[in-house]
Amino acid sequence: MIGLAHYLTVAAILFTIGVLGIFLNRRNVILMLMAIELILLAVNINLVAFSAYLGDLTGQVLAMFVLTVAAAEAAIGLAILVIFFRRRGSIAVDDATRMHG
Amino acid sequence: MIASIAFYLFATLTIAPALAVIFARNPVHSVLWLIVAFFNSAGLMLLLGAEFIAMLVVIVYVGAVAVLFLFVVMMLDIDFASLRSGFTRNLPFGIIIALVLLAEIIIAVSAWQAGPALSGHNVAATTQPNIVALGQLLYSRYLFPFEIAGLILLVAMVGAIVLTHRRRHDTRPQKVWKQVARRPDEAVKVLDPGVGEGMKL
Repeated sequence: MIGLAHYLTVAAILFTIGVLGIFLNRRNVILMLMAIELILLAVNINLVAFSAYLGDLTGQVLAMFVLTVAAAEAAIGLAILVIFFRRRGSIAVDDATRMHG
Repeated sequence: MIASIAFYLFATLTIAPALAVIFARNPVHSVLWLIVAFFNSAGLMLLLGAEFIAMLVVIVYVGAVAVLFLFVVMMLDIDFASLRSGFTRNLPFGIIIALVLLAEIIIAVSAWQAGPALSGHNVAATTQPNIVALGQLLYSRYLFPFEIAGLILLVAMVGAIVLTHRRRHDTRPQKVWKQVARRPDEAVKVLDPGVGEGMKL
């Protein structure tokens, strides 16, 4: 019998993989953005699982808003990435330290 | 039984590609694995009875976000090999931190006693389809957040266009304002030359 805890465990593993991805690919902004998408997906699975097991649709509405924000964040993040690459010729995060001051 | 098999299938096929996303050498492969993970998490949501969110995940994540990632990865000429320096150096410490975090979350989830509402027994059977119920909720109680979500998408779209737009000086585009501002009395000069004076040979 598949219960709520199973879904929460899957979401927890997915969340951890996302955090690990940000930690490991600290220089590659594209992979960091993908890891953020994985984290948001884990949050969405949590929300939908709780919504299904509580019989309350609010969780699904919230999952939709998370999806909206994830799409907007990906668009803006990739746009910033493109102009950063155009200026620097690289997407390494270390090069972004020149931005201060 | 079949639900358990489906759950473990979708869960495995969500987690393994997610691992492949962060460990793949080629970023294009990363994006493709991300698409696999999104599809299978949509399957997980289908198992939970959230049909609309599952379709939304496929449409928004696979159709828009992943394709956008693919577009950017292929458009920019990036030397990805140099960006992987430090990957193996960070690997042991990163895995330790990830395992600690995972253990913490799983202990928290399993130690937490499910309330009566979460046992899954007392939930009333839904009388209307998921999408109908969601739509009724979205357009009544959550109307204002829904509009704000639309506004966020609009701002994101305008922001992305403004950020990546560049004015080029080496092209000769159409000057629309000049064409619109033209008037007939400025554009055409009426002359009345005498016979044989109109042109010179």
